[in-house]
Amino acid sequence: MRLTCTVNGTEQQVDDVWEGESLLYVLRERMGLPGSKNACEQGECGSCTVYLDGLPVCACLVAAGQAEGRQVGTVEGLAGADALHPVQQAFVDAGAVQCGFCTPGLLVATHDLITRTGRPSDAETREALAGNLCRCTGYEKILDAVRLAADRMGADR
Amino acid sequence: MSTPTRTPTGAPAHLTGPGSGGVGDSAQRPDGVLKVRGEFAYGSDLWMEDMLWGVTLRSPHPYARVLAIDTSAATQLPGVHAVLTSEDVPGEKVYGLELADQPVLAVDVVRYQGEPVALVAADHPDTARRAAALIRVDYEVWEPVTDARTALGHPATDAVHESDAEVTELSRESAHLHPEGNLVRHLKVRTGDPQPTADVVVVGEYEVGMQDQAFLGPESGLAVPADDGGVELYVATQWLHVDQRQICSALGLPPEQVRLTLAGVGGAFGGREDLSMHVHACLLALRTGKPVKMSYNREESFFGHVHRHPATMRYEHGATRDGQLVYVKASIWFDGGAYASSTPAVVGNGGTMGIGPYVVPNVHVDCYGAYTNNPPCGAMRGFGSVQTAFAYESQMDALAAELGMDPVELRCRNAMEQGSATPTGQVIDSPAPVAELLRRLEAMPLPAEADGEVDLRDMPGGVSNTTHGEGVRRGVGYAVAYKNVAFSEGYDDYSTARVRLEVVGGEPTATVHTAAAEVGQGLVTVEQQITRTELGVEQVTVHPKDTTVGSAGSTSASRQTYVTGGAVKAACEAVRGQLLARAERLVGRSVPDLRLAGGQVVSDAEEIAVPLADLLGNEAVEETVQWRHRPTEAIDPETGQGFAHVQYAFSAHRAVVDVDTELGLVKVVEMACTQDVGKAINPQAVIGQIQGGTAQGLGLAVMEEILIRDGKVVNPSFTDYLIPTILDMPPMRVEVLEYADPHAPYGLRGVGEAPNISSGPAVLAAIRAATGLPLARVPVRPEHLTGTS
Repeated sequence: MRLTCTVNGTEQQVDDVWEGESLLYVLRERMGLPGSKNACEQGECGSCTVYLDGLPVCACLVAAGQAEGRQVGTVEGLAGADALHPVQQAFVDAGAVQCGFCTPGLLVATHDLITRTGRPSDAETREALAGNLCRCTGYEKILDAVRLAADRMGADR
Repeated sequence: MSTPTRTPTGAPAHLTGPGSGGVGDSAQRPDGVLKVRGEFAYGSDLWMEDMLWGVTLRSPHPYARVLAIDTSAATQLPGVHAVLTSEDVPGEKVYGLELADQPVLAVDVVRYQGEPVALVAADHPDTARRAAALIRVDYEVWEPVTDARTALGHPATDAVHESDAEVTELSRESAHLHPEGNLVRHLKVRTGDPQPTADVVVVGEYEVGMQDQAFLGPESGLAVPADDGGVELYVATQWLHVDQRQICSALGLPPEQVRLTLAGVGGAFGGREDLSMHVHACLLALRTGKPVKMSYNREESFFGHVHRHPATMRYEHGATRDGQLVYVKASIWFDGGAYASSTPAVVGNGGTMGIGPYVVPNVHVDCYGAYTNNPPCGAMRGFGSVQTAFAYESQMDALAAELGMDPVELRCRNAMEQGSATPTGQVIDSPAPVAELLRRLEAMPLPAEADGEVDLRDMPGGVSNTTHGEGVRRGVGYAVAYKNVAFSEGYDDYSTARVRLEVVGGEPTATVHTAAAEVGQGLVTVEQQITRTELGVEQVTVHPKDTTVGSAGSTSASRQTYVTGGAVKAACEAVRGQLLARAERLVGRSVPDLRLAGGQVVSDAEEIAVPLADLLGNEAVEETVQWRHRPTEAIDPETGQGFAHVQYAFSAHRAVVDVDTELGLVKVVEMACTQDVGKAINPQAVIGQIQGGTAQGLGLAVMEEILIRDGKVVNPSFTDYLIPTILDMPPMRVEVLEYADPHAPYGLRGVGEAPNISSGPAVLAAIRAATGLPLARVPVRPEHLTGTS
């Protein structure tokens, strides 16, 4: 089938998509956007978190056809032309990136959290990011990064 | 279905930036920006025009004879390019890290559920999977051997292996596989009185379940056939050169024709020390003449790598009435599963360090590694020391209770220190601040008890709303542990570094090239920091990790900062020697205080400052150095005595837990850790290692276990195999001590594993303190706490 959707603000059209493919597969293997990660492909780890019409979803659980005509936002769309997004910069600065495989999903989830709440409490952050597994950090520096990003984004408002 | 049409290739790149930070600074990692932009190329991101996808058909049975394999239907499926079985393996049919005993593809017999039987390459991953399902394999199913002690007790009837394995030059140990039975290694430690007696004796039996590394990036890589008949393999791994040797053996090709490059690695924790898809992708690429990518999904990942050995342990501790340890007797059984992997070395660690960081005059340890038909077990962070720490620290708590003594006081009274002898007769010749680590933990403030308004999210059970505090009891537990750093028992452990200095765009720029696998821990940052410090330049590029430079050894055993760090330092010193000699020739005399700083050769005494850009011009200075830590020695096979380990790492944890005693739910309230790291090369990364290691230890204590029934894995998914989420992890206090080890570069100590060892036993101790239950098994499950198991 042919799939047409908008990804990170650009219209994308791909042909010969098999109906069994996920949005994650199409992003990674057909659209040249492998930033969203394939850690479990069963909706448990959050590494493939993307925006679908503004809501965070696990791209591995979205059939490609469900994205037809919709807006998709991935980690590749977070940074500006010259600079990292404050959420990305905060993850680098706080040491929240080790192997980095969970990072793209956590960045989208954190971007969504701060956009919705401004300055989340630690308890809110833990609840919001509970669907994103990280095996390297023990999450302490991810919490540091969320606080840092929220502070910097608040200062920008 | 059609061939996927377009994605980037993502070849591993040179890493540059961030441009500052020497030894001791929290320099930023050079791959950090790529990773947050989604542009860092992991093994599963690799792509080439016209590539095929490889998949593995695995045995559904833990133990069976393969009667026949019919690949005809699979071969005929449109889109399929190759279907391979063991007959298509051109070289040696078996491989292994220490003993070559594991088939590349099943030969006649399968010995664990998930053993690879056949391979398919096709133009779409789903086509390949459908083709694999069409392969018909006839099995004669046998009764599996699923218990390590049973396997050792009945070798004649339960022999999993019918013939001797070849002991390869890869062997780290003097291990022998017994042709008539299932013993992989039996290690004995004997010191002091063989028949000791004591005032107070405590005996316990303990069990540790099978833990998974659960790295997030799946096993993955891309094999590309080369014009010379060889193959290029881009792969996420831990040790390129040991992979290369095993792949060469299986393919029947010389090392020049099997070239490896490290792809981006999404975590490792030991689970990538053995081969996974490496040989398979190469076989398919060489057969089809096309690039072949393989990337496991999560279920296959659970079958595609070795796990942490489950252990059964029996301990007996004897002490005087005032709490002086008199003796420890221990029997430790590690279930190695179907193939040896690194079981001999795991037994080595479990046995030699099996009584913990304590001084004990009389020690009698027997440590066994056994073959069974369970999944193969091998390296995981903590490597044989994690299991025994649960036992010896539980014993210390039991002894303290028996003596009516404070558990920290008992530990401190018996703690190792510099100058102490280990049970293997090794005198500890660098700082061993075991008691101080515990005392510092004790001095940290405890978290406040809940009072007044209860936030459900702080309760066991969380927002499931299972308690508002009724039946909830708090407990505090301590544990301390130690672990060897780097490879032991006489292994020739080295790393190779190539450092090149040249002028690029007017700036002196160094390139550091090693084969040391960056798996997320930040070794690439450390390589840059050491180079900046030693050469006095800012711009340091990290060359992609590949086999065009000599081996760096494994990214395991907490060894890379020590050993590859040492090699990079040594290579920098060689480059510096050349530069200083060149500068002396330029000024025409010897200048004793000449050094490199700020991109210049400087002498404070003689007010010399020659920019490296001027000194080098268009020339480059390059040095390649192989560097070794001081040698260790094999231990005596009858007594275990010998200088087995080059360095020890020490850490201690305090855990605070709340337990809902009615439902058996545990909430870890706080973890505190003290660790001696000798010298923190990158403090931010050191703390990251401690926090991450703490999380994996906590996971094993309360939730993580691969459940096996009759040799079959029950829970191969992240739905059913639970690792700690951000809700499970409490806030942590971390205190880092820096007592230099005079034998190590910069005085540093390996960091990564120790905190993974002491955290779980502290959590277990805290749960015991909260509940009063003996708790001799991890992970602790609700039924263990409610008496309903």
